[in-house]
Amino acid sequence: MSTASTSTTTTPVDAAAAGREQSAVAQAAKRAVLRRRAAIWAGRIGFAVLVLGGWEVGARTNVIDPFFFGQPSGVWSALVNLFQNGTEFGSVYENIWVTMQEALFGFGIGAVAGVIVGVTLGQSRFLADVFGPYIKIVNAIPRIVLGSIFIVAFGIGTLPKILLAAVLVFFIVFFNAFQGVREVDRNILANAKVLGASRLQVTKHVIVPSALTWIIASLHSAFGFAIVGALVGEVLGAQQGLGLIIKNAQNNFDPNTVFAAMLIISVLVLVAEWVIEKLEHYLLSWRPAAPSEASNAI
Amino acid sequence: MADANNGRIEIEGVTKRFLTPSGDVFTAIKDVSFTVEPGQFCAVVGPTGCGKSTTLGMVSGLDKPSEGTVKVGGKVVDGITDGVSFMFQADALLPWKTVLANVALGPIFKGASKAEAQARARDWLRRVGLAGFEDRYPHQLSGGMRKRVAMAAALINEPKILMMDEPFGALDVQTKAIMSNELLGLWEQSRPAVLFITHDLDEAVALADKVVVMTSSPGTVKAVYDIDLPRPRGSVQEIRFEPRFLELQHQIWDTLREEVERAYARTAGGPTEEGKAA
Ligand SMILES: Nc1ncnc2c1ncn2[C@@H]1O[C@H](COP(=O)(O)OP(=O)(O)O)[C@@H](O)[C@H]1O
Ligand SMILES: [Mg+2]
Repeated sequence: MSTASTSTTTTPVDAAAAGREQSAVAQAAKRAVLRRRAAIWAGRIGFAVLVLGGWEVGARTNVIDPFFFGQPSGVWSALVNLFQNGTEFGSVYENIWVTMQEALFGFGIGAVAGVIVGVTLGQSRFLADVFGPYIKIVNAIPRIVLGSIFIVAFGIGTLPKILLAAVLVFFIVFFNAFQGVREVDRNILANAKVLGASRLQVTKHVIVPSALTWIIASLHSAFGFAIVGALVGEVLGAQQGLGLIIKNAQNNFDPNTVFAAMLIISVLVLVAEWVIEKLEHYLLSWRPAAPSEASNAI
Repeated sequence: MADANNGRIEIEGVTKRFLTPSGDVFTAIKDVSFTVEPGQFCAVVGPTGCGKSTTLGMVSGLDKPSEGTVKVGGKVVDGITDGVSFMFQADALLPWKTVLANVALGPIFKGASKAEAQARARDWLRRVGLAGFEDRYPHQLSGGMRKRVAMAAALINEPKILMMDEPFGALDVQTKAIMSNELLGLWEQSRPAVLFITHDLDEAVALADKVVVMTSSPGTVKAVYDIDLPRPRGSVQEIRFEPRFLELQHQIWDTLREEVERAYARTAGGPTEEGKAA
């Protein structure tokens, strides 16, 4: 002990010099990080300018026919027009809200059903074996076609869109929840049982939290599918919604409005992704930081 | 009633067979019989793959024997045995729960309120020297600290039987010695029966009252030795130099070595040996 302390003793002068040297190293590292970040942003902006500028120039010189493919300035004015003058089916906000409602309800119903069925089948070999083939069959059919059936059965209100979105979401979440339950650590499971946990307690304390990593990972792509379900439903037949705006613009040979609606949708999806990411951070806060995050913390 | 509550383990003529994926029947253990008295510390040693973990699984009720019976406190094991706790080589802590919540699981599963469970968990964390670490997650602890958490989690329900499957197998030598001493200290306080699996003979002799030596696969009981070293044993590092320890250690090693060599020859010698054995 005493030898260790003498060997690490340094004079104050040494310590100050070491401190200066360390802060110089830290500053150099910080500058390198900043330079790298600036280069990345320059690359990103440059790429966008290249693509949009190329498209615009191509359209103006008629290399790309703007009648079919639109042009960025046209998309921008279509976007402004949508927000300023609204559409034949009410203001653009109303239409966004309708589509969002359908997607959100579909997402909620599909996700909850997917988790419940996935966790149940994941825990029961018997049920999994009974329903396995049917799930495979239903998964193999192109489910988007169900949209037509739902429209025929339930009319052109919001219900068929919600159902279509829910069906699309259900399968993604279901497969992930099922797999997540199957991957639960056997030792942990045995330990909980030996400690006297009931079936319900095992599910609550061990299985669901353990499967949560898988379930949340599936929610990211699931929300995109919920939007797809709502839009396809609206294209098939609706009174309001972004899908209807797209379909109407298509009938009017107005590609710029189609692109404008696409832009709105991608912003909606990005916002939803952001919310899901926050949820993920909150629910999975126990996880060790990923290596990249950890090195950023220095 | 008093009899049903004690932790006497009676393993009588137990055979366990598994169906291998290729459809063959594989006998993991064959006609195993031994008894662990209440409050006794019993170590089981044997080459890897001889069926030690399989035996534990049947005492805990996680698995059923193909033949023979396992009795705990005079009652045939059927379903999860009441009053047992487990400790594995790998961590069985829930990574998404804090240290406190992990230790509190035992009482919560038994129906205690959250406040009461946490109060008891706090007390147990203090006993294993982890006061102040209640809010950490398992991945924020060292291997030795995680073992202490697992120990507190296993002991909090005051089990009449503690089963340990190579609990310190993944630790470095120094940490292992420290953990062994702490285990003995905690065990002296409440004296559950212990079934302790290890492949480290020194560890078995230093800790146990009784050492069961198993043969290589299919596992049977080859010999049972009583360890008459006085208790409390004190430091497990120091006991290794006592003449009686060395005498017992040599005696048991002579029995065990043959089995370890046979098991090794089987894995190193390839499938021909396996075929002959089957
Ligand atoms: N569920 C199982 N199915 C098939 N074989 C198994 C199963 N569990 C264990 N075994 C086999 O039984 C033998 C004994 O295993 P185990 O009890 O884990 O040995 P030990 O703990 O002594 O190393 C091994 O050969 C193992 O492959
Ligand atoms: Mg084992």
